[in-house]
Amino acid sequence: MADVATTSGDAKAANGAYRTRFQMFWREFRRNRGALVGTTMFAILIAMVVFAPFITRYDPIEPNFSARFESPSAEHWFGTDRNGRDIFTRVIYGGRISLQVGVIAVAIGALLGTFLGLVSGFYGGWVDNVLMRFMDFVLAMPGILLAITIVFALGPSLTNVMIAVGFASMPQYARVVRASVLSAKQLPYVEAARANGAGDLAVMGKHILPNVFAPVLVLATLGLGSAVLSVAALSFLGLGAAPPTPEWGLLISDGRGVLRRSWWVATFPGLAIMVTVLAVNLIGDGLRDALDPRLRGQV
Amino acid sequence: MIGYILNRTLAALVVVFGVSSLVFFMLHLLPGDAVTIMLSEFGASAREEAELRDQLGLNDPMLVQYGRFLANAVQGDFGNSLFSRRPVLPQIFEQLPKTIELALAATIVGVLFGAIFGITAAVMRNTWWDSISMIVSLLALSMPNFWLGLIFIFVFSLNLGWFPVQGSDTLWHVVLPAFALGLSFAGLLARLFRSAMLEVLGQDYVRTARAKGVAERSVINRHALKNALIPVVTVVGINFGFLLGGSVIIEIVFARQGIGNVIIKAIFAHDFYLVQGGIIVTAALFVLVNLIVDLTYGVLDPRITYT
Repeated sequence: MADVATTSGDAKAANGAYRTRFQMFWREFRRNRGALVGTTMFAILIAMVVFAPFITRYDPIEPNFSARFESPSAEHWFGTDRNGRDIFTRVIYGGRISLQVGVIAVAIGALLGTFLGLVSGFYGGWVDNVLMRFMDFVLAMPGILLAITIVFALGPSLTNVMIAVGFASMPQYARVVRASVLSAKQLPYVEAARANGAGDLAVMGKHILPNVFAPVLVLATLGLGSAVLSVAALSFLGLGAAPPTPEWGLLISDGRGVLRRSWWVATFPGLAIMVTVLAVNLIGDGLRDALDPRLRGQV
Repeated sequence: MIGYILNRTLAALVVVFGVSSLVFFMLHLLPGDAVTIMLSEFGASAREEAELRDQLGLNDPMLVQYGRFLANAVQGDFGNSLFSRRPVLPQIFEQLPKTIELALAATIVGVLFGAIFGITAAVMRNTWWDSISMIVSLLALSMPNFWLGLIFIFVFSLNLGWFPVQGSDTLWHVVLPAFALGLSFAGLLARLFRSAMLEVLGQDYVRTARAKGVAERSVINRHALKNALIPVVTVVGINFGFLLGGSVIIEIVFARQGIGNVIIKAIFAHDFYLVQGGIIVTAALFVLVNLIVDLTYGVLDPRITYT
């Protein structure tokens, strides 16, 4: 009984601490004007992407040959492409694909990197040595080149681009998580948990993992911007999405051949990428400053 | 000092070896080996596929193949291009100067604009110029470079006619690609320059210099800037490698010669050995640049001792 009371008391205290910590974070985050602007921009973007069918009456895929290469107008805000498709519609629907692919790529990199960083830092010794040398080798290649190598081996497709971009970003997470684990595993409460007979998995999952949450979240947010850029670049090169998918990089590639006659085909998808990456970077900066200002300069 | 150089060079060689092995295993272990990739477009029969696999030694155990790859690689033999039939390495080295030229020009653009915006923003902290500089640098960081390249072509080549649309024959051809590639780097450097300068400007020796009555221009140029440069140099060095990677796309946009162009064309032609060689050489170049940065770091910061 006494045990139950203590546990519930601990939970309350922990809950209180969590609230306070969240409130502290929110106060810091709110103070950052850039972060608020970024959050607003991103919220609008998500709303547009989610409610795309209510915002535009055009189809993103179906051609309309009677409206080919129309310049921006009240009817077609961003103009139309070679198949008469509304660019605004394709940009909004493209957001669904580009954001989804970006988020999944980040998730792959973050999960894989966090797992390997956790194992590396926790076990140390030869496991740490082997994993970290492997990370050094991965990091020694420019990310886009590594992604191109993987897509070349797996074959061009959007799924493989996600895997490639995710894999290329993995070492950043692994390094940051490993560093956090190395300092966290020295903390008295981790030693106490061990002394109480907690197994490796319990110590890693319950006591160490929460410590790496902040840096991983910051890295993942800033990483989403880079992932959106990399995915678009690979699709632009013809290694990702296949036509007629309205993916942002592919839309820019579509506009490349008709730049002289129809500048709008390539311009607006690029602006969409820029606004998205800008919003994500602003949020990432805000998160970093609010959650862990020591990361400034590192991420 | 010599021991340190040898140590770092050895470490760099280990990384080059590791990267080459990584590329080899990625291309050989992931689904779709060299033959599948090469023949994917030609619809070859199973017999032809088996013959080619045998001819290229792909039926040997993986470790034997790896050993052969390493033995050939140390002699500079990365195989022959499937289409030109010429050895891969000379083909890549022919293109190397154009890629280095682009990466260097982009670095100059990045450092120049990054320094101008970053330093002035720090000196005029909390003014409208500071805000504008930081907004502009964040915008530059958020733009896809290949898109920026297209916008430059549309504005400066197709409409104004100031620069050639594509090619890589003259220095004039490198201006637009360098700006397209270097501006996002300038955005990164501007933020870095600003924070490095702000940190240095708060140091005691800067306050002392001001207290002595040293002119503000001299405080900035002689006392602050020199020290703020130290973290910037590392970032410039590391990013030179990334600019090498980024040049892959920019070379395609501007139809420039260079390693990137070779790699991408080889990918679409399924020229397996050219892709493998191109990627390994670029990665090795990246490691070499980082080694050079590592070794010259001490020149800028005498506090660093070589042990």
